[in-house]
Amino acid sequence: MKELTFETLLAVFEEMFGAGLFWSLVVACVAIGVLFIYIVVRERGLESRRLVRAELWAPVGAVAAIAFIFFITNSGPSDIGGPVDVIVLLLVGVAGAVGLTILAYLLQSLVGSRRMKPRDGQQG
Amino acid sequence: MKINRREFMGFVAGSAALAGLGLRGAAAAPLKSSARIVILGAGAAGTAMANRLAKSLDGAQITIVDARKQHLYQPGFTLIAAGLAAPEYSVTDTRDWLPSSVRLVQEAAAEIDPEGKSVTTVSGTRLPYDFLVLATGLSLDWSGIEGFDLDQVGQNGIGAVYAGPDYALKTWQAMDRFTDKGGVGLFTRPATEMKCAGAPLKYTFLTDDYARKKGTRDKVEIRYAAHSSSLFSVPIVHEKVRMLFDERGFDTVYHHVMKAIDPDRGVATFSTPDGDTEMDFDFINVIPPMRAPAVIRNSPLPWQDKWTDQGWAEVDQYTLQHRRYPEVFAVGDVAGVPKGKTAASVKWQVPVAEAHLLAAIAGKDSDAVYNGYTSCPLITRVGRAMLVEFDYKNNLTPSFPGVIAPLEELWISWLMKEIGLKPTYYAMLRGKA
Repeated sequence: MKELTFETLLAVFEEMFGAGLFWSLVVACVAIGVLFIYIVVRERGLESRRLVRAELWAPVGAVAAIAFIFFITNSGPSDIGGPVDVIVLLLVGVAGAVGLTILAYLLQSLVGSRRMKPRDGQQG
Repeated sequence: MKINRREFMGFVAGSAALAGLGLRGAAAAPLKSSARIVILGAGAAGTAMANRLAKSLDGAQITIVDARKQHLYQPGFTLIAAGLAAPEYSVTDTRDWLPSSVRLVQEAAAEIDPEGKSVTTVSGTRLPYDFLVLATGLSLDWSGIEGFDLDQVGQNGIGAVYAGPDYALKTWQAMDRFTDKGGVGLFTRPATEMKCAGAPLKYTFLTDDYARKKGTRDKVEIRYAAHSSSLFSVPIVHEKVRMLFDERGFDTVYHHVMKAIDPDRGVATFSTPDGDTEMDFDFINVIPPMRAPAVIRNSPLPWQDKWTDQGWAEVDQYTLQHRRYPEVFAVGDVAGVPKGKTAASVKWQVPVAEAHLLAAIAGKDSDAVYNGYTSCPLITRVGRAMLVEFDYKNNLTPSFPGVIAPLEELWISWLMKEIGLKPTYYAMLRGKA
């Protein structure tokens, strides 16, 4: 695959998910990412209590991501065959963990920020 | 630093716009031409070529000729025959993949006249051309197996994965029954050139895998009859497969070419250097000899001194341009090149043939070269495959050297086959991959 360009990858992902779903997922990911950065910038840093709570979701995200990939494919843990498979599995887990952590942090910020702020005495 | 919501959104919008500009890349302006281009066949190669030419040319008349209304994603047949996908998995509509600027003639080509530069269809329509692209695929010569009929598939332990999605399903049903109760599984391949030469091996591995997972492996014997002295044309891959066959306890015989079947007795006849011999089976995957379609074989286009019983088009193996009729190109299975009757080859052949065709229209030369690249995700069990890639020289050409080992049974290679291959194939059809 000497011509594995970004455009080729986009075309492949469009075929994989269908263009509508793929771009919706991209928009959702970008929106969540942007919102997360916005909140971090607005609050000038990560709020530690919220982050710790969000991190509790990381293992759930990791396990869910790995379970999902085994569920949608005809494969399972016993098919892990070489070092690259372990690396891919870890990357899937990390992606799930980071994704769910960000989402949990974001949801706490959006839903719970008003309630938490007075108690913590923090400035926005 | 204080940042308000409006400033932040402005920054995001600006970044997105910059990223968008970066994505577009530098697409070359289409070449103006009034050339008449006829493409025979709307399979993988023909459809990919039609989409690419439609984008690369402005004003050309592109006609694609194919009687089949369904487009078949053939790499899916193995998954259907392994009970992992339904027949619909491989079937789409031919027309859906073609750009509106390309004219589809939904009938078979009956005659090619490369001297008069025209193609005549079965209904007698004459299609004159300036350039002709042969992308007919190949013919499965079922009559080459004496006593065999496609109606037998699914009964008496007879399977035929190559015959199409519905036959692949019947093959799965037969294989499923066989691995329930046990017996002798017989696996073969023809002595002709064939598409996806890894598929006969994959199906042997998959049958073994099902027997193991069902706990019936001790009741199952697996026999593989190779047509030559090797299991795979690339020596290093042959050795690896031979080792795996030994490890899994398969009996392998060499120089056995299947010529006949007796479904009632459960016996297949093979020609060998020592004369004909019979082998019993309780399950068999029949793979017939493969040849160029009759319309090619009956034209002046095949090689005259090579593959004379098979009739592949006489093209230069590096440019895919016909050696006697330079306005004719061949891509995909019908091309008379030493390797590469796979969709992966199509992916590499089509841009090369297109480059030479466009250069011919522009009166220039192209230095595009097809090196024989072929790839085969060689499934060794459900959940694992070896990503085997090689070229004309029998060199391994791994796409991800040092990351995905070519001769290792890996989960990631299975994921590529199961998740990545079909969308990549469809992106290729659209001329985007």
